[in-house]
Amino acid sequence: MLLPPLDSPQWNSSLRAFAWGMRSVGWTILAAVLFATYLGIGALAHDSGFSLAWTLLSTLLVWAGPAQIIVITTLGSGATILQAALAVTMSAVRLFPMVVSVLPLMRTEKTKRRELILAAHFTAVTLWVECHRFLPQVPRERRIAFVHGLGTGLLCVSLCANAIGFLLAANLSRTLGSAILLLTPLAFLFSTARNSKEIADVLALVLGLLFYPLAALMDSGLDILVSGVAAGSVAYGVHRLRERA
Amino acid sequence: MSEFLGDWHALGVLLIAGVIPNQIWRMLGLWFGGGLDEGSELLIWVRAVATAILAGVIAQILVQPPGALASVPGFLRYGSVVAGFVAFMLARRSIFAGVACGEIVMLAGKWWLG
Repeated sequence: MLLPPLDSPQWNSSLRAFAWGMRSVGWTILAAVLFATYLGIGALAHDSGFSLAWTLLSTLLVWAGPAQIIVITTLGSGATILQAALAVTMSAVRLFPMVVSVLPLMRTEKTKRRELILAAHFTAVTLWVECHRFLPQVPRERRIAFVHGLGTGLLCVSLCANAIGFLLAANLSRTLGSAILLLTPLAFLFSTARNSKEIADVLALVLGLLFYPLAALMDSGLDILVSGVAAGSVAYGVHRLRERA
Repeated sequence: MSEFLGDWHALGVLLIAGVIPNQIWRMLGLWFGGGLDEGSELLIWVRAVATAILAGVIAQILVQPPGALASVPGFLRYGSVVAGFVAFMLARRSIFAGVACGEIVMLAGKWWLG
């Protein structure tokens, strides 16, 4: 890590802090994971019948990988808008505690709420992890600018990956196209498995994988929600039973 | 140009089904931050359901694959995920090892099947 010391004149301007934030993208392995993930999302969007502009806008405005693949797979397979919206909102609840825990790191006594809107928008698991790593090395009054730079850098990486994945899926052979599509389930499966430390999370992941094919057999049009709520609730029930025992 | 944009209907659906239900939680976090217990029982349940929904989507991509992935036979799709998982565990939970191994097995299998 090569950030300037806290008392360096480098931190005197917000613009410099923004540039340091952008440059920090190069020092995180998570940027590579993000690149692979968004490469896969671009290919997935192409093969599910969405346009390139749609794909880039979804990355710019949603900025949450899980929510994006939920929108693409549910809408792409003909689910209703309501089902897609419900599944997305359940997947996005986790952003609430992330935002709540990350914003105090960059707030000063003079900070107004609206100055934090963009930082809140950029908050997703990658930025959340990197803020805890980088922000202690950034003077408090420059942290918002630094996070804006970091978020912008991560977004640029993702938009480029999106466009590349989309164009590759459009032009590659079927074999290489399927390899790029396989990136999405693999990257999400392993990054979720890595983040699952509590018994409830591990069980929810395993049961969620197993319940979906069963729910799909019922063909209710609400497959993802049915299997998700059922698997998640069973996992939570097991967690409660173990707490009591 | 129209190929780049797609239709306006799809962009509207993105806003209603993707952007708003996602952003609402970030903005709630911004407005009502503080006074939240990360270990609360409700949040544990919500996190479990969110994880299971994502797992369901992963399963959906593998069971009912979109586009080019449908050209890979089922046993090879599942086999490469299992192989990737074994590599992930053996390499002390390395995401890179899991993804790389899964991809290699899938490509090797496709090449072998011809």
